Order: sequence, then structure tokens, then C-alpha cells
Amino acid sequence: MKNMRAFQVSLVNCTTCFQVSRIEPMLKNRNAFCPRCGAELCRRKPNSLARTWALVIAASILYIPANVYPIMTVISFGKGEPDTILSGVQSLMASGMWPLAVLVFFASIAVPLIKLFGLTLLLISVQYQWQWRPRQRTILYRITEAVGRWSMIDIFMISILVALVRLEAIATIEPGVGATSFAAVVVLTMFAAMSFDPRLIWDALEKRHA
Amino acid sequence: MPSTIIACQDCDLLHRPRQLRDGQRAMCSRCGAVLYRRKRNSLDYTVVFSLSALIFFLMANVFPFMTFKYEGRVQESVLFSGVKELFVQDLWAVAILVLIVSVVFPLLKITGMLYVLLPLKVNRRPWKASNIFRMVEALHPWAMVDVYMLGVIVAMVKLSDFATIVPGAALYSFAALLIFMAAAGATLDPHDVWERLEVVERV
Repeated sequence: MKNMRAFQVSLVNCTTCFQVSRIEPMLKNRNAFCPRCGAELCRRKPNSLARTWALVIAASILYIPANVYPIMTVISFGKGEPDTILSGVQSLMASGMWPLAVLVFFASIAVPLIKLFGLTLLLISVQYQWQWRPRQRTILYRITEAVGRWSMIDIFMISILVALVRLEAIATIEPGVGATSFAAVVVLTMFAAMSFDPRLIWDALEKRHA
Repeated sequence: MPSTIIACQDCDLLHRPRQLRDGQRAMCSRCGAVLYRRKRNSLDYTVVFSLSALIFFLMANVFPFMTFKYEGRVQESVLFSGVKELFVQDLWAVAILVLIVSVVFPLLKITGMLYVLLPLKVNRRPWKASNIFRMVEALHPWAMVDVYMLGVIVAMVKLSDFATIVPGAALYSFAALLIFMAAAGATLDPHDVWERLEVVERV
């Protein structure tokens, strides 16, 4: 029992209800379902690396329009002033709202980058079967999974602003295409983090020893 | 306490679970992930917090959310206005996303939780209980009430420079919804629920 892993003894952990079940080696290629909660049992998340790569690459591509195009335009007295994600943080800093500027910087700029670079690092490390600091890499995975949803702050802010500021000629806020790209980046990276299986980090250790 | 053997979700290491005292948690000896916790009266607390969340959810969706005052002009909005306005302005993808994560999923999560937990309280197993509870667990990262609240605060601060913003009853209800949903999430013990569902089934 000491230092044994579930897959080494034909056991599989249900990712939904955490019940450990036995999978008969004969049935390895058939679909199995958890006897307790009915979720499909997989020893590892299916096609984890390919799916995560695809989602990370798609998100990285969309990251460019998300930052280049305006996420919203403030129109007052006929003059339009487009706001990108970065200029939104700058304007918060300029008006002296430091705590909020830090919050928005973290949620809209730092978190997506942490996720894209973090997941890329994890993917490469698993693909090349690195032995390096598996525990720290698992923690990195847990962080990327936990912080992802907070990037939605900017999207929610836009939805509130466009609903409130609708005084035709005097002041109107219009959403921009950058918002769609940015929302897509957030959703894709959340799916990417979910499709990555952290157990692969630990599988690589045994493969080298075996 | 979980059954005879338990595997770490993050690194697949097998552990033999031990009886914990209230408030304790068991962590994986190798990667440090939380294996399971023991929470006091988990079911009771979660039911109460979810019921409160449901009431505040309804209030947050009915009452006026915020009022915007600028040089004598007044613009009132409800929680749903943002979605509607994004739709009108052709950003329908963003509109649907905002609608789903700020309204649909929180409601599904609260009602799903109550659907499973209330009958469990009286030792009954509702129809399709495992499917519904699986959905509740999967919705966890996608019900973004807490993130939305921060978006509200950022929006209010941005506008406070040149206009007056009056928070409505729905905004306070929304803040209460956030607190009760977080409390329900913190007191929920999924291991306990799955074990109860299993026992009830056998009866």
C-alpha cells in the first residue's frame, strides 16, 4: 500500500465522487461507469495532452485581438474614446484608484498570461517526461485551475456599464469586439485547465524508473 | 469518513483514510492536495445557506439593480439589463455567456443542491439524484456570482468620477446571494453527500 498509485493496481479514481473502483484489465478499452455516481470512469482524462494543447493554442491566438481591439468605447458629446484592456487599467491608475487598478491588472492581464504560460510549461514538462519538481508543478496546476474564472471581471464590468450609461448624445458606452475575444480567451483557458490531467506529471516519474 | 481506500485526485497516490475530528482535513502525503475534510453538521448548514441564497437570488433578479444619475438624467437598470444591452449591440456571444454564468448557472446550482440535499435530510433519494449532484459539482467554477460582484464594484468606481450611482435593492440582495452561496460551498461536504446517497439507495 505504501507509495502505490491507483493505476498500478488496476484501480481507478472517480473524478466526480472520489470512489475508488477496480477496473478489470480485460475491460480496459471499454467504457466503465462509477458504481456509486454513474460518471464515466477513466484512468486518465481522455486525450488530455492533445485537448489541452488545442485549447491553449486557440486561446493564445485569440489573446492578440483581445488586447489589440477595444473592449468598449465611451462616447460623450459625439466623441468616442476606445478602451482596451490595458488602457482600462491605465485609466484606473490615472484616477488614483490603486487597489482597483491592481485588482483589474491581476485579473485581466496577469491571470490570462499565468494560465497560458503555466499550462504550456505543464504540457511541455509532461510531453518530455521531466522529473523536475513534480510537487511544485502540481501546485502550479492547482493555481491555474483556481484563478481562471476571475478574469471575467472585465466582461461583467462592460455588461454593467453598457446597461447603465445610455444617455444617447451626452454619454453612451458601447461594447467592442475585443470583449468577445477576451471572453473567448477566458472560457477556452478554463476548459484547457479542466482538460489537463495533473496525474500525468506523476506518471512520467514512474515511466523513467521502469 | 470515506470508504476503505482513497486515491489522490491530483497524483493518483493511494491512501487509507483515517477518522478525522470536526474541522480537520486530510492531505495527500506526496503532492499536498486536500483529500477530504470533515465538516460539522455539513448537510444542515448547506441546506440553510442554499435556501437563503435562493431567496436573495429571486430578489436580486426582480428589484432595480443600480440607478445612474448624470446632469439631471436618470437611468435605472436591473440585473438583466446588461445582457439585453449586449444583445442589442450585437455582442450576442458575450451576452449569452454573461447570462449563463451570472444567472442561469447560479440558479441551477442552488436549486440542484436543494433538490438533492433536502430529501437526503429526511433519508430519501430524489429521482436522478446522482446525475443532478454531478451537475452541481461540475457547475462549481462556472457559477460566477463572486466574480460578477467585483465587476460591479469596478464599474461603479469607474463611473463615480462623473456621475452619481445609487445602488438598488437588487445590488444588496446580490451581495447577500454571494455570501450565502460562498457559505453553502464552504459547508458542503461532497464526500458525505455521495456516501449518504449510497446508503439511502440500499434502504
